[in-house]
Amino acid sequence: MSATVPAAAALKRTPLYELHRKLGARLIDFGGWEMPVQYSGILEEHRAVRERVGIFDVSHMGELELTGEGALAAVQWLTPNDVARLPDGRCQYSAFLTERGTFVDDLLVYRKAADSYMLVVNASNTPKDFEWAKAHAGENVRVDDASDRYALLAVQGPRAAGLVSRVSSDDPTDLPYYAFRETSVVGAPALVSRTGYTGEDGFELYLAPEHAERVFGGLLEEGRGDGATPCGLGARDTLRLEARMALYGNDIDDTVTPWEADLGWIVKMKKGDFLGRDALERQKAEGVQRKLIGFEMVDRGIARHGYPAHTPHGDGTVTSGTHSPTLGKPIGLAMLPAGAAAVGTGFEIDIRGRNAKARVVEMPFYKRPKEAR
Amino acid sequence: MNPEELHYTASHEWVRIDGDVGTIGITDYAQKELGEIVYLEMPEVGHVFNADEEFGTVESVKAVSELYTPVSGEIVEVNKGAVAEPGIVNDDPFGDGWLIKMKLTTDEEVGKLMTAEQYAKYVQQEEKER
Repeated sequence: MSATVPAAAALKRTPLYELHRKLGARLIDFGGWEMPVQYSGILEEHRAVRERVGIFDVSHMGELELTGEGALAAVQWLTPNDVARLPDGRCQYSAFLTERGTFVDDLLVYRKAADSYMLVVNASNTPKDFEWAKAHAGENVRVDDASDRYALLAVQGPRAAGLVSRVSSDDPTDLPYYAFRETSVVGAPALVSRTGYTGEDGFELYLAPEHAERVFGGLLEEGRGDGATPCGLGARDTLRLEARMALYGNDIDDTVTPWEADLGWIVKMKKGDFLGRDALERQKAEGVQRKLIGFEMVDRGIARHGYPAHTPHGDGTVTSGTHSPTLGKPIGLAMLPAGAAAVGTGFEIDIRGRNAKARVVEMPFYKRPKEAR
Repeated sequence: MNPEELHYTASHEWVRIDGDVGTIGITDYAQKELGEIVYLEMPEVGHVFNADEEFGTVESVKAVSELYTPVSGEIVEVNKGAVAEPGIVNDDPFGDGWLIKMKLTTDEEVGKLMTAEQYAKYVQQEEKER
């Protein structure tokens, strides 16, 4: 047996590093951060989030703040979604796009006020995004990289609301999906949003780094009766893939547009001009050549990121692939020629030299039960 | 924890010799390193391998790892139970979680493999270097 072990470099650590070690986490290099990939096991942690509640340290995520008189115009120019229609205290899934209409990054916009926004970006893209925002923000706006000022915890699963409610002073569980407010959790000031990357109900808590360990520990302690489980990035990846949430660097990057990634809903062409708009308009008129689709394996085998795909309409690539713990079978996302993207289409994936049959399926792979919403 | 009667490879497989048949699996250390195993790809019965050849793969949620034959020989049996429920490799790597049985070509290769004691030292060294 031979496994690839990543080389140890000078990795960044979150304020919870010592706690992760105490909890027996296995730590890996994730985009330059030493992060827990698992504690008890990916399958067990995955199940905890689908059935109970899981607690994640995602402090590696970056936070950019745009403030000032020109902040609204800056965010409107930098992102394709419409921030003008976003009320204060609401978040929105969006992106930074290049002039070619391709992803610089995908992100969440938090509208604190008309002149104050927090943009939550992918960890390894933070320096690039900060430079991008500064270069394109325009007049009368201040752009700060506030990433070092925030630890970020995600509390996810059907029992997340009950748990967060019991440890918050100003109970945030009346928040609708994609809304946020300032409150206090386990005695620490926190910005709490009803968001997540798992396909379950849940919350994300933005805290001062010095409070992170106490809040993480407090949630585990208070949630013991709920079966609260510390969860690593391994389960986060299988959870997000089942919910068909894109992962930057795997499914989307600076060669992929929102139309191709089936993320056209974040593009509001009527809102006015924004970075990438002209290219997106052209691509919409011409039609996309390729599409990001979800697939299941028909033959045995797990198709992984980067494996070649073959269709009668041309070749494609697997962008994400894993064993789905909820469905108990291999699933994945692939970028295929548009002609092969219809649900039900059969194609083949080259799994280390063996051509295995796969089939395009409806998205998402997993949708949480109605009563849990 | 590594059974005395088995022979071990640097790539973390073990082999148990009964007459001219070798039963092959992965070690407890290997299954712990991999995490929960969700998929096994095993060779066909009748296939002939030299020692140190890739005979299959084992996959956890996160990773794929290749498996190498400790000795030369012909595949005479594949553990269908483990293929159907790969989790047994985690639960019982030296017992019910065995992977394949091979009819050995020669009895001269086994001597080159590590003893349980040597393997334990080898794993210690590997962990230190991490």
